[in-house]
Amino acid sequence: MKINRLIFPLVIALAAMIVSTGCKHGYSKTTELKNPQRYIPGPGNERPETQQPQMPTPMPYDPNAGVGVVNVPHPEGPIGTTTNWNPVDMNQDRATLAANMVHFKFDSSVVVDNEQANVSAVAAFMSGDAAAKLLIEGHCDERGTEEYNRSLGERRALALREALNKAGVNADRIRTLSFGKDKPAEFGHDEAAWAKNRRGEFVVCRPK
Amino acid sequence: MKKTIYILLAIGLTTIATNFARGEDAVNVSRTQTILGMTKPILVSLSGFTGEAAEVLKFDLYVQGFNFVAPEAAQYVISGSDNGAVVGSVRDTVSKKDLFSRSYNGASVRRQAHAFADDIVQAVQVLPGGQPVKIIGQSKIAYKSQSPSGPGEIFIADFDGAGAQAITSDNAIVAKPAWVPGKLALYYTSYARSNPDIYFHSLASGQRRTIASYSGLNSGAAVSPDGTRVAMVLSKSGSPNIWVCDADGSNLKRLTTGAEDSSPCWSPTGDTICFAMKANGRRRLATVPAGGGEVHYLPTTGAPSPSEPDWSPDGKWIAFTCQGGDFSICVMPADGKVPPMVLVSGQNPSWAANSRTLVYNHGRDGAQKLSVLDVFTKQYKDCRRAAGSNSQPAWAR
Repeated sequence: MKINRLIFPLVIALAAMIVSTGCKHGYSKTTELKNPQRYIPGPGNERPETQQPQMPTPMPYDPNAGVGVVNVPHPEGPIGTTTNWNPVDMNQDRATLAANMVHFKFDSSVVVDNEQANVSAVAAFMSGDAAAKLLIEGHCDERGTEEYNRSLGERRALALREALNKAGVNADRIRTLSFGKDKPAEFGHDEAAWAKNRRGEFVVCRPK
Repeated sequence: MKKTIYILLAIGLTTIATNFARGEDAVNVSRTQTILGMTKPILVSLSGFTGEAAEVLKFDLYVQGFNFVAPEAAQYVISGSDNGAVVGSVRDTVSKKDLFSRSYNGASVRRQAHAFADDIVQAVQVLPGGQPVKIIGQSKIAYKSQSPSGPGEIFIADFDGAGAQAITSDNAIVAKPAWVPGKLALYYTSYARSNPDIYFHSLASGQRRTIASYSGLNSGAAVSPDGTRVAMVLSKSGSPNIWVCDADGSNLKRLTTGAEDSSPCWSPTGDTICFAMKANGRRRLATVPAGGGEVHYLPTTGAPSPSEPDWSPDGKWIAFTCQGGDFSICVMPADGKVPPMVLVSGQNPSWAANSRTLVYNHGRDGAQKLSVLDVFTKQYKDCRRAAGSNSQPAWAR
């Protein structure tokens, strides 16, 4: 009887342990899944809040108005060819220089000899219209990866800017815009389409 | 009465003994073989699961080096059910021991199945030295989805593509999302203001701001492992080059001066940046110290026109895209001592936390889809697709 009195609590405790760990059902443990957001970076990969790096304070974002986006001025001020005008704020004329579109060879940003006439024509236009600014859009064919082509498209636009600069156009009047392979002129998947997509387009920008 | 006590005591002691034994077994179970593209899958059988639970378990295990066979041929027998909630157990048929049994509560059946898959991976795969394998089942990816004419949005989803949701409403060309490690925040490129600018976007608050919107190209943001620095491509000094800045865009520093650089990524130590470049008309991969210094080429013999490098979280591997006729996913040791191995057709590889699974995109331009690849067994599966062409995935880690 004495033994029973000693053993009974032990038995109850043991039984409680077995029931609570789910042994009765063959499943010894339960995992509780919490708030789904917590798991975005992956459980076990999160660092304690104290070790989290300080992030920039987010600004209000209104997707409809496109506002709430804040420019961060460069601490050293404008570098190189940073321009003080923005094509977004200007009237954009794609027609005037449409005929002077320049095409490039595969994976190349070299402005070839037989495109020089187009460069000269654009330079002549720019010297005759002192108020005009120029946006050069650089494009690629679908061969080459996305970010590689974004850099190549930029390099093509910059090559055209350098050529125009040599022809007497001030670089501050020119902005470059790379679309990589995201804005093809032709949707085909052959050399005919690719050749048309490797291009630099000139957009004349005038104050509104 | 006494009999009952003894039986209960015996059950209790057995439970404790089994628990103790499991710890030792785990180390001896099966050390993960890490031979690129040539590792044999771990054979398991799966029974009792239906619908989404079965789908999730098969997906998660397959892309982490498991394959499915009949119970007689399996080294591990996985059984359970998903009647309301996921319950499951794993038995090792070689040692004839139960590895674990567990039930799952809360969230959704999908999440419960992902959690069970994580437990299976950690019970069966052990890294050399006995360290646990990093789990990935409940992690997220970010990617872009666009229409053929260009405009698109940045999306986030479970790593298998389930639960996809757009986090932008720009209706503009977007590119290259990058997670802040361990945080609900992304950097990405958007042409929302008619120029490729780099945005920081907090998913916790839904708010965003630009951190780089200079003249010309601002793209390819990659966040340092400690989250304090951002590498990116800027062309404001006359050519597309690698720059680094603080998380908020300040303290800008130019790292390279070549003709045409792209796709920076960080070493897990945070002291080196790997990127794609062009030298003498040839595309190459190179590294540069994150604080500035000499540029070194990486040997990528046998993998033509490399681009889009991503450094594995364990520091051992660099995955990248090479381009012969088509795009291929390649992996090479980060020290460059062994030539790259060309694994499968695809682009834009991004490592999971486990340093063995990659998410990438493949298919024709305008109809790209995401897939997940285990680099050791070369097993891959397509993710669920969001409307449009899905590409440039980034795995949260």
